[in-house]
Amino acid sequence: MDLFTTGDPIADTKAPDGPIETRWDRHRFAMKLVNPANRRKLTVIVVGTGLAGGSAAATLAEQGYHVKSYCYQDSPRRAHSIAAQGGINAAKNYRNDGDSVHRLFYDTVKGGDFRSRESNVHRLAEVSVNIIDQCVAQGVPFAREYGGLLDTRSFGGAQVQRTFYARGQTGQQLLLGAYQALERQIGLGNVEMNARHEMLELVIVEGRARGIVVRDLVTGEISTEMADAVVLASGGYGNVFYLSTNAKGCNVTASWRAHRKGAYFANPCYTQIHPTCIPVSGDHQSKLTLMSESLRNDGRVWVPKAKGDARSPKDIGEDERDYYLERIYPSFGNLVPRDIASRAAKNVCDEGRGVGPGGLGVYLDFADAIGRLGRKAIEAKYGNLFEMYERITGEDPYEVPMRIYPAVHYTMGGLWVDYDLQSTIPGLFVIGEANFSDHGANRLGASALMQGLADGYFVLPNTIANYLAAGALDKVDASHPEAVAARTEVEERLQRLLAINGDRTVDSFHRELGQIMWEHCGMERSEAGLRKAIDEIRTLRDEFWQRVRVPGDGEGLNQSLEKAGRVADFFELAELMCIDALHREESCGGHFRAEYQTPDGEAQRDDDRFSYVAAWEYAGTGQPVLHKEDLTFEYVHPTQRSYK
Amino acid sequence: MNLTLRIWRQKGPEDKGQMVTYPVQDVSPDMSFLEMLDVLNERLILDGEEPVAFDHDCREGICGMCSLMINGEAHGPQRGTTACQLHMRQFSDGDTIDIEPWRARAFPVVKDLVVNRNAFDQIIAAGGYITAPTGSAPEAHSTPVAKADADAAFSSAACIACGACVAACPNGSGMLFTAAKITQLSLLPQGQPERYTRVIGMVDAHDEAGFGGCTNIGECAAACPKGIPLNTIGRLNRDYLKATSKRAGTPGS
Repeated sequence: MDLFTTGDPIADTKAPDGPIETRWDRHRFAMKLVNPANRRKLTVIVVGTGLAGGSAAATLAEQGYHVKSYCYQDSPRRAHSIAAQGGINAAKNYRNDGDSVHRLFYDTVKGGDFRSRESNVHRLAEVSVNIIDQCVAQGVPFAREYGGLLDTRSFGGAQVQRTFYARGQTGQQLLLGAYQALERQIGLGNVEMNARHEMLELVIVEGRARGIVVRDLVTGEISTEMADAVVLASGGYGNVFYLSTNAKGCNVTASWRAHRKGAYFANPCYTQIHPTCIPVSGDHQSKLTLMSESLRNDGRVWVPKAKGDARSPKDIGEDERDYYLERIYPSFGNLVPRDIASRAAKNVCDEGRGVGPGGLGVYLDFADAIGRLGRKAIEAKYGNLFEMYERITGEDPYEVPMRIYPAVHYTMGGLWVDYDLQSTIPGLFVIGEANFSDHGANRLGASALMQGLADGYFVLPNTIANYLAAGALDKVDASHPEAVAARTEVEERLQRLLAINGDRTVDSFHRELGQIMWEHCGMERSEAGLRKAIDEIRTLRDEFWQRVRVPGDGEGLNQSLEKAGRVADFFELAELMCIDALHREESCGGHFRAEYQTPDGEAQRDDDRFSYVAAWEYAGTGQPVLHKEDLTFEYVHPTQRSYK
Repeated sequence: MNLTLRIWRQKGPEDKGQMVTYPVQDVSPDMSFLEMLDVLNERLILDGEEPVAFDHDCREGICGMCSLMINGEAHGPQRGTTACQLHMRQFSDGDTIDIEPWRARAFPVVKDLVVNRNAFDQIIAAGGYITAPTGSAPEAHSTPVAKADADAAFSSAACIACGACVAACPNGSGMLFTAAKITQLSLLPQGQPERYTRVIGMVDAHDEAGFGGCTNIGECAAACPKGIPLNTIGRLNRDYLKATSKRAGTPGS
C-alpha cells in the first residue's frame, strides 16, 4: 500500500511466560525496588487526573515519590472518568454464579475479539478484586443489599453478575475516591497539583522522557517541568469525531505530542461506538449524551417493520414492530455487546426504518417492563436517567419510548505500551484509556473503570519502580538544550496558530473533520471510503492552517487557542486512524470493514493475516511506519464470536 | 426564538467588568443553554470580537465545571439541573437573560464567567477523605454497611462541587459542600476513625478560604442541582459540636 511503510516487528513486550496465573506474581518479584529513602529524591510527572492518573499520582505519593500532577480542568475531580455511569467489573464471585479470575480474563479476551494481549488481560482480572477492596476502604458508596453486603448486576455482554455500581454514577464515586486520596497527598505536600495546565510537548533527553512543556491556561505562561519519569494518563481520543460522549475538553494532544517524539501509537482505528445515546437534535449539537447501557436490561429495542413509517410509536401495533435484536440474536437479545448493538441500529436506519429527526434513531421501549414491574420499580432503577432524557429531549420516556442512536464513546487504541505499561520511549509510561493494552478491538461494559484503576493503583506503581531503580539519571533542568528546543517548538506553534487570523472558527473545522470521520471511519468502513477520507482530511488540514481564526493572544485565558491546538493534533491523528483502518483488511470488534463480513453480516476476522497489534511509528505526517506485535493465544483460543 | 443576552464581561481578575448586551437570533428550543452560548461565540469570533469565556466540560451535568448565574439563579430556572443540561425550551421568544459568574469572596473571577474554585479542593485536602493507602484495604465484605446508610452516604456523595450553593448563599458560605462530604464519610464505618478530626480540619479550611458562615437561610439547598438537602448541614454541626466538646483526636474521646 502507498500510505505507509513496514518496519521491524516488535520482538519483546516484556511479558513473562510460563503459567499465566503466576506471571504477574513472578514478574513483580523479578522487578527491582526503590529504597524508601531514595523515593523522595525521585520526581514523577503524571498528566491527567482521571481514574488512572488520579489513582497513580496518589499511590506514587503514598509510596514516597515526589509527584507533579497536571490537568486541564479547574480541579482534578472533574476529569471525564467522572461521567462513567454503569459500573466496574471485578471477579469477586460474590454471587456464586460461576465467576472467577479466569472467566473475567476469558470474557475480556473474547469480548475484545481476540486482539488483546493475554498476559495483560489476566493481570487485569487478577487485580480487579483488589480494586473493590481499595474503593470500599476509601468510602466509595457502592450499592448494597439489605444485609449490608455489596450488590452487583450483570452488564452488557456478560452472563455473570460481576458489575459493582453506585447508582448510575459509578465513575463519579470511584473518581472521587481517587481524588480524595490525591487531595490527601496534596495536603501532605507530596503532590504538587497543577490544575488548568495543559501538556503541550514531551521533553526527551538522551533518549529518555525527562519532562513536559505545559501551558498555564489562566496566565498563558509556558513552563518546562522536569522529572525522572513521565506518566501519561490523558484519556482517549473520541473527540476526533467532534460529536462523542467525551467531555468537550478531552483531547489527544498529550498522547500525540509523545507519538511525534517517538512513542508508537497502537490500533488507532479501534473505537467504540456506544449503542444507547440520545440522538442528535440539530446542527447546534455540541456533544452527545450517553444513556447507561443498564437500560438495555429492561428496555426493548425496536423499529417499525415498514420503511419510512412516521406514525407515533403508540399507533404502531405489536405485529408492525421489529424487535430486531431479539430477532437476530435470540440468546443475548437486547444485551448483545456494544459493537453488535450499534451496527444493528445503523443497519435498520440505513434500511430507512429509523425513527425521529433524519431517521437516525431507534426506540428503546420500557412499556413491557413498566407493565411487568410497575412504574415505581422502573423509577427506582432508572429514575435519574429518565429525568435526564426528559430534560434533553422534552419527551417523557414513561409515556413515549426513548429514541436512541449510537455515538462514539471510547477508544481502545492508544499509545503502545509493554507489559510494564512503558511506551517505546524509555521513562514514558501510559495508563488508562490513553494506552491501548487491555481491551483489544472492543471493550466490554464496566471494564474501563476496572482498567483505569488497575493501572493506576496496582500496576504502574510497581512497574515504574523497576525503571527508576535501574540507576540515578543525570540531573537535568529546563535549561538543557533539548528542553529549550521543546519549549521553543511550543511557543512557535502557538504563535503560528494566532497569526493565521483567517475567516473560519476552530469549531467549524472540528465539526467538518468529525463528519468525515463519522461517515468513513465510524461504524462501518470501506477501502473507498477510507481513501476518500484521507484525501478530505489532508485538504481540510491544509485549509485549517490557512484559514483558521484564533482571536486574542497567548497571554491569558484563551479557550479558542486551547481548542485550536487540540484540533490541529486531531487532524494528524485522524489520518493515522484511517490508514490503520484501511490496512486492517478484516473486521474485528469496533472495526467493521464492509468488505469483510460473514454471509449473515457479522464481523469476519482474519487471524492468519491480522492477529497482531498495529503499532505505528511517526516519521513525518502521512508517512507512518508499521511495527507488528504478534498476538499469541495460549489460553483462549480464537473463535468466531457468536451471540446468537 | 430571538433573545437578548446581557453577559458579564471582565478581561481579568483586576478588571472592573460590566454587563454587555448581545442580541441572538433563531435560537432552537432543542439547544442547551451552553450550545446557545457556543452559537454566540462563533459569531463573535467571526466579527473579530473576543468570545465569552465560560467553564464547561462534560455537558452532562456531572463534572461540575459549568457555573453560570442565569437571571440571578445559580444554573438557571430549572430545579435539579446544571446549566449544561438546561435547554432553551425553558425560555420564551423575546426574553432578556442575564448571565453572570458565581459571585463569592472565595471564588474570584478569572475572566468573564470563569471563576477560581480552588478553595473547594483545599477543603477536601484538609480532611475530606478516608486514609486508606493503596494496598492496605481489607476484603470488601469484611465490613457490612446498612443499606440505608450506604444509600444516604451516596446521596451526599452525589455533590459535584459546582459551587452553586456558594453562589446562591447571601453569605457566600460553602457549608453545604463541606457538609455533604462530612455526611458521606461519617455515615460509613470506614469513616469513623477520622470523623472528628475531619470535621474540624475541613471547617477550618472552609473558614480560611474566605467562605462566609452559615446562617441557615437555605438558598444553597434550593440551588443545588443534585438535591443535597439542608439538614446535611445539621449533621455537620452535630459532628462539629461533638468534636469540639470531646477534644477530637484524644484517645478514648
